[in-house]
Amino acid sequence: MKGLFIISGLGILAMLAEIFKFKKLLLPIVLLGIVAAYAFNYFEWSKGLSMPYFDNMISFDKPAIAFSGIILATAFFWFILANDYFEEESNLVDHFALVLFALVGALMLTAFTNMTTLFLGIEIMSIPMYVLAASKKGDMRSNEAGFKYLIMGSFASAFLLFGIALIYGASGSFDIMAIRQYISTQGAEMPMFFYVGVVMMLVAMCFKVSAAPFHFWAPDVYEGSPTLITALMSTVVKTAAFAAFMRLFLVGFGEISGLWTGILAVVVALSLIIANFSAAMQNSVKRMLAYSSISHAGFMLMVIMANVRSNISLDAIIYYSLAYSIGSITSFGILYSVTKKGNETISAFNGLGKRNPFLGVCMTIAMLSLAGIPITAGFFAKYFVFTTVMGTQYQWLLLLAVITSAVGAYYYLKIIIAMYFKDQEEEAPVAMEGANKVVIILTTALTLIIGIAPGMVAEMFAF
Amino acid sequence: MLTALLIVFPLLAAFLVFLAKGNGARNLAMAASVVEFIISLGALYQFKHNPDSALLKFDCVWVQSLGIHFSVAIDGLSILMVLLTTFLVPLIILTSYSNTYRNVQNFYGLILVMQMALIGVFVANDGFLFYVFWELALIPIYFICLTWGGENRGAITFKFFVYTLFGSLFMLVGFIYLYNHTNINGAHSWAIQDLYNAGKSLNAHQQGILFWLIFIAFAIKMPIFPFHTWQPDTYVNAPTQGTMLLSGIMLKMGTFGVIKWLLPIVPLGLEQWGGTAIGLSVIGIVYASCIAIVQKDFKRLIAYSSIAHVGLISAGILAANQQGIQGALMQMLSHGVNVVGLFFIADILFLHTGTREINQLGGIRSMNGNFAVLFLIIVLGSVALPLTNGFVGEFLLINGVYQFSAVIAAFAGLTIILGAVYMLRSYQTIMLGERRDSNIVFGPLANTDKAVLIIICAVIIAFGVYPKPLNDIAEEATKVVLMSIK
Repeated sequence: MKGLFIISGLGILAMLAEIFKFKKLLLPIVLLGIVAAYAFNYFEWSKGLSMPYFDNMISFDKPAIAFSGIILATAFFWFILANDYFEEESNLVDHFALVLFALVGALMLTAFTNMTTLFLGIEIMSIPMYVLAASKKGDMRSNEAGFKYLIMGSFASAFLLFGIALIYGASGSFDIMAIRQYISTQGAEMPMFFYVGVVMMLVAMCFKVSAAPFHFWAPDVYEGSPTLITALMSTVVKTAAFAAFMRLFLVGFGEISGLWTGILAVVVALSLIIANFSAAMQNSVKRMLAYSSISHAGFMLMVIMANVRSNISLDAIIYYSLAYSIGSITSFGILYSVTKKGNETISAFNGLGKRNPFLGVCMTIAMLSLAGIPITAGFFAKYFVFTTVMGTQYQWLLLLAVITSAVGAYYYLKIIIAMYFKDQEEEAPVAMEGANKVVIILTTALTLIIGIAPGMVAEMFAF
Repeated sequence: MLTALLIVFPLLAAFLVFLAKGNGARNLAMAASVVEFIISLGALYQFKHNPDSALLKFDCVWVQSLGIHFSVAIDGLSILMVLLTTFLVPLIILTSYSNTYRNVQNFYGLILVMQMALIGVFVANDGFLFYVFWELALIPIYFICLTWGGENRGAITFKFFVYTLFGSLFMLVGFIYLYNHTNINGAHSWAIQDLYNAGKSLNAHQQGILFWLIFIAFAIKMPIFPFHTWQPDTYVNAPTQGTMLLSGIMLKMGTFGVIKWLLPIVPLGLEQWGGTAIGLSVIGIVYASCIAIVQKDFKRLIAYSSIAHVGLISAGILAANQQGIQGALMQMLSHGVNVVGLFFIADILFLHTGTREINQLGGIRSMNGNFAVLFLIIVLGSVALPLTNGFVGEFLLINGVYQFSAVIAAFAGLTIILGAVYMLRSYQTIMLGERRDSNIVFGPLANTDKAVLIIICAVIIAFGVYPKPLNDIAEEATKVVLMSIK
């Protein structure tokens, strides 16, 4: 809980930085703050002090600690990567503050135990993201991205709110444990509009995690937004949305899983097919990564759907989020350096293997991880998904997952081939700052380490 | 311990090679692969004298919660494959001495990483570990082909990678299915013996599905008709050393996999579908041989001949009798050596004359008689003339297939006749007769090249005349396999 306060405090502090002229110090303060926030949360939890707060509105329990760990770690890396991005901007402090507030929303999403906190979390996270998406003021595409994101996001929020209202109407409570209780006592006696509410919330959450067929905003928004903001969307925002999705459906609606798993199976199938085949046809790397993130959303939903009440499911999805987040941070970090000159197509990577062998190797590892090749983290992530789904009635999804994984390998390889096979158009070596290099080294190393010792992640949270 | 060392040593050597510069990298890689060969001879010695020796086993927990162990051991099957690998890798490195590659340190480093993964595949005793090494072997060879390959390598390596990955994922699904059916005191296990038991506990229908899930990965790797379409292009476009690794060793991953990771798991599935799979293998033999006959490019011809040979090996294995599997093992060894020799010949021809078109070459014997003799021995080995290494395996294989079905054996036997047709005819065109193009000159061979060819020829003759030592191991190993199928 203290962690949430710390991040909120950092957000306010960032806004004051301009007035009190400590802009230069802001980055170190923020980084320290993030570490402190996590440390406080973790110790609270490990000492057993993390009781529910505010009349059971929010509770930092095990999954919350795990997901907020992933979110804060990616945010930490992200701030270092974004170092020079901020320097180019005139409204540095606004951006800092916006990102930090989005982070507050993300943390709330990992820990909500009440529908109101869920809604607050989503809005606190989304509104700064709408602004950030449009933050390249002179660029039409960025404006379009912000606009589209806002319209679609609000649309989804409306669905969410309507769903919450219907469920409240039936159960008389916003508390997800109370709703669970309500479902198990009422059994089949629940009114029709309760089910409608659940389905509406499902639709809204699918919007937020950008699963097909609710994904249409994602490619445009990802492409239009500044690259680093896209990185933030595909890691922090996505992980938070998943944490929320998982908690809402596994805890809140776990008792009527029969209703929503069927729908989710279709969503997963569509996500896998549409995303992978569309990604294979993209020429813009950002669009490709957008579709790739949709396909990863499909995989993560598959875990949620497949194993409703077991620990494996939780383990699998936390591992998957971590593997996906660090893989994305690496690839977006490199993409940011490579595309500084404005070319955002795959040809920007041509000859990177020679222009900057270090980045070439790191990008290769990130791509192999996203494609799910051993000994990278992505492989175990995929393995966990396969094992979880194997024991359920949705084995046909596995077949689809295998086929689309092979398609996935196709487009990730496209980048590797561009790096090592295509000749460079420009001789200029790609430069990267020291601090960014450290981040890339760390994330790449992490990809390999948790790929070799996947037990580490689970043991850290002692599931 | 020795087994783990066989895996770890090439990896460590690879890191050193990555850091080395220029020719130093090449020599270092050469030295490392020779040391590795000596270690494997040590393992062979241990195996001969004390097959249950603790030295040959290594087991430590990798991921506790999932029951995954880093468990490796050498048995009769693996010692043969390990020897093949450790013998061929130094030869393959030696063949590169007359070429110069860009970024040599990466080239040789990747070869050693490849060796590590291949040995891992052959000694793994844990289903998960096997899969990891299986996939891992794909990455170095992919980069070898992509970075140092021929003209159209981008598209071709791509097809190769996606194709094989596709197959492997099916295998992964199959293994996970098996894993979920293991039950050791309430927990799941990846240990090979537990997977065997789990497989046998399934009913015929389930085993049938499992058979195809796993077989498809092996069939693509070998490759068997109709999964072979990636192979000729990849072989032709890969750099020579890459082709040798692919055809000499990596192909055996598929056949080895069928023997160790398919037959004992799904005996009922084999009963049900073995005939179909043999049918595909035999179609592949005839089909590939016919295509080989009309090939103009010598390297492509060898690629197709390799499909024909491996078709026979796979038919022998799937016949699942003593002669079939034992012959397959022997043929895997000799095919490994012969095909490396043939691809090397193709490379030498290309380096000296600038072409691999069979019809443009001719009369090379008159320019370099020694080369003609060495080439002939390798050709005879690959057409399985008695007293060459190819004969032992092919004889047993056809015998094994005959026990399964005489008609199929008749078709399978075509491989020898058709093989003789295309091999001898291309030898005749390339080496004998008049020079077709007076611009083509064929000078003396480099010393390293000569050494490689002489070693290969010596092996061809030695194991043709006296196959007993390896044959004994193969016979014992086959008995063990057949025991576990029953």
